[in-house]
Amino acid sequence: MRYNALKILKEGLTGNKNWKPVWREPEPKSEYDVIIIGGGGHGLATAYYLAKNHGITNVAVLEKGYIGSGNVGRNTTIVRANYMIPGNSEFYSHSLKLWETMESELNYNAMHSQRGVINLFHSDGQRDAAARRGNMMISQGDDAILLDRDGVRKELPYLDFDNHRFPVYGGLFHKRGGNARHDAVAWGYARAADQLGVDLIQKCAVTGIDIVNGKVTGVQTSLGPIRGKKVAIVVAGRSSEVAAMAGLEVPIESHILQAFVSEGLKPAINHVVTFGMGHFYISQSDKGGLVFGGDLDFHASYSQRGNLPMMEHVMEAGMSLMPAIGKAKVLRSWGGIMDMTPDGSFIIDKTEVENLYMDCGWCYGGFKAIPASGWCMAHLMAEDKPHEVAKKHTFDRFRTGVGLMDEESKGSQHNLH
Amino acid sequence: MRIKCPLCGERDRREFYYLGAKDYLTRPEESNLDAMHKYLHIRENPCGLTEDLWQHEAGCRAWLLIERNTATHEIFKVELVNNKKDSK
Repeated sequence: MRYNALKILKEGLTGNKNWKPVWREPEPKSEYDVIIIGGGGHGLATAYYLAKNHGITNVAVLEKGYIGSGNVGRNTTIVRANYMIPGNSEFYSHSLKLWETMESELNYNAMHSQRGVINLFHSDGQRDAAARRGNMMISQGDDAILLDRDGVRKELPYLDFDNHRFPVYGGLFHKRGGNARHDAVAWGYARAADQLGVDLIQKCAVTGIDIVNGKVTGVQTSLGPIRGKKVAIVVAGRSSEVAAMAGLEVPIESHILQAFVSEGLKPAINHVVTFGMGHFYISQSDKGGLVFGGDLDFHASYSQRGNLPMMEHVMEAGMSLMPAIGKAKVLRSWGGIMDMTPDGSFIIDKTEVENLYMDCGWCYGGFKAIPASGWCMAHLMAEDKPHEVAKKHTFDRFRTGVGLMDEESKGSQHNLH
Repeated sequence: MRIKCPLCGERDRREFYYLGAKDYLTRPEESNLDAMHKYLHIRENPCGLTEDLWQHEAGCRAWLLIERNTATHEIFKVELVNNKKDSK
């Protein structure tokens, strides 16, 4: 079934009775060519591109909850390509290009909105850094405009420009950046993968990974054993736990990241805006809620709820930058489990176990990466060699120290990113 | 989260700096690259009971070994790392 305007009109006039479920709910088969553990954005995109780009359709996606119940439905939905380090730069550039054609390709409205991302700066030093970053973004083929104070004032008139401690000096405007409806991204990839023959098995928890002579042969699940010629672990914050089922130890520490949503308001904030002097970023959802967040709580945690100090920091930073939001009530907040690597960049690689692959270490930036992550993971599994734009993202870079991608120049250590 | 420093009593989490897993207490020979890699990067990263190193940075500055539950924020035991080292 393809969606189109005529169909929507017809259903609307006839009581919306003939919509069918958008994907099947099959029983698992006894064997697949590829088993993907994790039905989040990355797992679903991997399944879709395996089928679409490589013709591998005998694929199962195993999800212990329901599709979209993990981090893909619990993030602040920002899409951008403003990275600077070789490796990340070309990967996120590739991802943004895929975002721009994804909805028409999937025939699914993911409400991808290129409303622009503005990273504010508040000192001469930060302006130099923003100019440099902008030049890097332009040289990688993406877009960036350096806005002065008046330029920012035109776009974001509601900021406190003359805040005594953190006056706004300007901003780096990335027009092709923006955000998207996160659930719809999961649903769009799920539906498209299903239509190409991929089995989406929900409420199916993987409890073990079968390995014979160093080679993966399948998985044990709550619905019984399933054989697989190749297996992918794409489970974000739970990467260490699932990797341990295969006897693997990975360079990941799970941390908590909080986000907040206000009550619904009339359109007020028309971009994604980041503060340069405290950890705070904000956008407004199509439903009207202000969606904003801050930094990690900075200790290993699976608790899925944050601590008050970071919450206070985010609120204070928000009030410093745009005092008007103080009138809005926060409706809800949550904490997601982030799979943090030592250098803050992700991993798409083979493992020590033959035919077992991992896509992990997305830190706090996995949402924007969904299309390219799926694209590159599918390429790695189908061709058995890394894709050009993800070839630097190996496990081995930590062992050798060569090719670390430390975007924040903090050092390759778990507690620093 | 509040942490009960053995020297200062129960204090706000903000006073404490988190370093990481207790692996940091056993530094291998630097010439052993595999062991150094494991020491620096590879983590058990358990969901549940864990022991990790914190410093009471904005207090007495003592290094602490904390036994806690990563799934619930519960803290079971806070010890001075110095005492830990002496007992070995």
